[in-house]
Amino acid sequence: MRKTAITFVAAIAAASAVAPMAAEAGTLDDVKARKELNCITNTGLAGFSYTDKAGKWQGFDADHCRALAAAVVGDGNKVKFIPATGKTRFTLLNSKEGDVLFRNTTWTYVRDVDVKLSFVGVNYYDGQGFIIRKSAGIKSAKQLNGATVCIQTGTTTELNLADFFRANKIKYEPVPIETNDEARTAYLAQRCDTYTTDASGLAATRATFDKPADHVILPEIISKEPLGPAVRHGDDQWADVVRWVTYALVAAEEYGVTKGNADEMAKKSANPEVKRLLGTEGNLGGMLGLDKDWALKAIKAAGNYGEIFERNIGPKTNIGLERGLNAQWFNGGLQYAPPFR
Amino acid sequence: MDDTAAATQKYPPGKHPSLPPPGLSTGPLLWIKENLFGSVTNAVLTVLAAWLLWVTIPPLLQWAFLDAAFTGESRKDCQAQSPGACWAFIQNRFELFVYGFYPVTERWRPNLAAVLLVVALLPVLWDNVPQRAKLLIFTCAYPFVAGWLLIGGLGLKPVTTDQFGGFLLTLVIGVTGISFSLPLGVLLALGRQSKMPVLRTLSIAFIEFIRGVPLITLLFVASAMLSYFLPPGTDFNLLVRVLIMVTLFASGYMAEVVRGGLQAIPKGQYEAAQSMGIGYWKMMRLVVLPQALKISIPGIVNTFISLYKDTTLVIIIGLLDPLGIGKASLADAKWQGLSTEVYIFVAVFFFISCFGMSRYALYLERKLDTGYRR
Repeated sequence: MRKTAITFVAAIAAASAVAPMAAEAGTLDDVKARKELNCITNTGLAGFSYTDKAGKWQGFDADHCRALAAAVVGDGNKVKFIPATGKTRFTLLNSKEGDVLFRNTTWTYVRDVDVKLSFVGVNYYDGQGFIIRKSAGIKSAKQLNGATVCIQTGTTTELNLADFFRANKIKYEPVPIETNDEARTAYLAQRCDTYTTDASGLAATRATFDKPADHVILPEIISKEPLGPAVRHGDDQWADVVRWVTYALVAAEEYGVTKGNADEMAKKSANPEVKRLLGTEGNLGGMLGLDKDWALKAIKAAGNYGEIFERNIGPKTNIGLERGLNAQWFNGGLQYAPPFR
Repeated sequence: MDDTAAATQKYPPGKHPSLPPPGLSTGPLLWIKENLFGSVTNAVLTVLAAWLLWVTIPPLLQWAFLDAAFTGESRKDCQAQSPGACWAFIQNRFELFVYGFYPVTERWRPNLAAVLLVVALLPVLWDNVPQRAKLLIFTCAYPFVAGWLLIGGLGLKPVTTDQFGGFLLTLVIGVTGISFSLPLGVLLALGRQSKMPVLRTLSIAFIEFIRGVPLITLLFVASAMLSYFLPPGTDFNLLVRVLIMVTLFASGYMAEVVRGGLQAIPKGQYEAAQSMGIGYWKMMRLVVLPQALKISIPGIVNTFISLYKDTTLVIIIGLLDPLGIGKASLADAKWQGLSTEVYIFVAVFFFISCFGMSRYALYLERKLDTGYRR
């Protein structure tokens, strides 16, 4: 009897000693075992993350989640989207509810260092701007002295705004608002003279106005907003996976690999870099702990960076954003994938 | 003219026909005079109110119905048709609003669960339903049946709870919270009045804790913090965590409502029951609680309604209730900028449910109003 009790206790001790180890295995193994990626996205941001009629999540960030899922699990539809508000996103990531954060999150020093996130790249370079009624006759943000400014709470834009006005020694009156949609309504109802948020958001919002031409986006971009995916601190293997899947999409655009021609390129391309990227030559995927054709799968699931951009937020969509800073480096933009070798 | 003629005419004593009352002393005109223009203040307020209605209601009707667009595939379609409300959006996303992300092929299950909910509620709400005893057994089994239908397993295709959304989610949280918080609240109220110190202290501590903390905080704890406390690797369903939190939250308030009822019962009632040799539970069940709960009906229903409306808070932790579905759908570039329509649509749904609850409570109060009629 006593012996059994001791064995029992020993078994429990052994089990509890093993359990944390199993749980602390990398996120990559967790995702593979679960056969599903838990991707934290926005609860609704035009062009970046929204639901279509069938209830499927769509958008720039959603497509990045799909590409990552395709690379890791082999199927772009194996994504569980976790819609998160600005307040819950970091907690959800740090408490392991989600594997990765694709939620138009600005990479800042404090978030990287103090909130203990690892930002692994930038999939959209944004910056904060102002929209104002043309009739106000204002040409520059520096003329906004005494203006009432609609602003979304809990975002970096609040601090940027304060910094900008303080640096230029002008006064303003903030009108704090929770969501972009409410801000739009408030601005249109003239509750504020100007609305400030990321320029991408301003363009998207202006596109929905009845008379878009009556409103101008002021030329000043008052902040740097590099939006990118983030993972938990301390899991370098998983950080590598997310980083290189993101870069693979950018590199694919650079080398002309698209959703449509990816299979063909894998077989026929003479470019050794393309061959390595798509897994025809060498075994880059194996080093990451993924299949050989990880990037091929990712590109086939979502298309390359340019395709994702054009489909969701590009000039042909209602959002109508130009590539600007997000063009490839050889076109004067900042999207630059390190070499795949 | 006829009146004066009748008045001057001679009648034998007692044969005079009844005269109609003078103009303003009866009928709707009297009511208007007394209630709307009874005093100067009243008259001013009436005119103001009429003016306010005149200014707001016609444009609202114009916007919501006459100028509204009911069909279309995007906001541009709506704007091309008319300048008013764009209900086409609601129609376009109706199923999303109702079921959330519940798989299309399995939607008969929530439908069936809703029908069964009505069946399960009938014997609870009315006592002259035929076969009431048998139906009550079904009512007790209903939570399990509904859970099985919605989540699946045992022959049904499993559906994960993150696919719940829209009004389905509202109802799941609301109905669960309402049906479990009342019994829990009664137990807590009894615990708080108990003579056993441990039980009493625990009950008081729990109730005061719940009442001292905002629901949002509890929801945050449920969504994010619990994962820090639980052993790593535990997969504890988010919806279940939310259900538990909402139920506990409501039961804390319920306990205080019921305690109010308990304290209104004269001590003589307890003593009378005890003198008949009835035990504690029987005394509570047969004598005290029926009276206490009857007094507490308005407070209980108040708690129900506020719990039901609080379910919209779950959007903060990323569960997509109707407002969340609205937000996620409005981010679709095709439909941006229709938040007014969403808010009105959701408000109508909530009004119907809450108004229904409140009217039922009134009916119940009248039915049980024996002996205290004032």
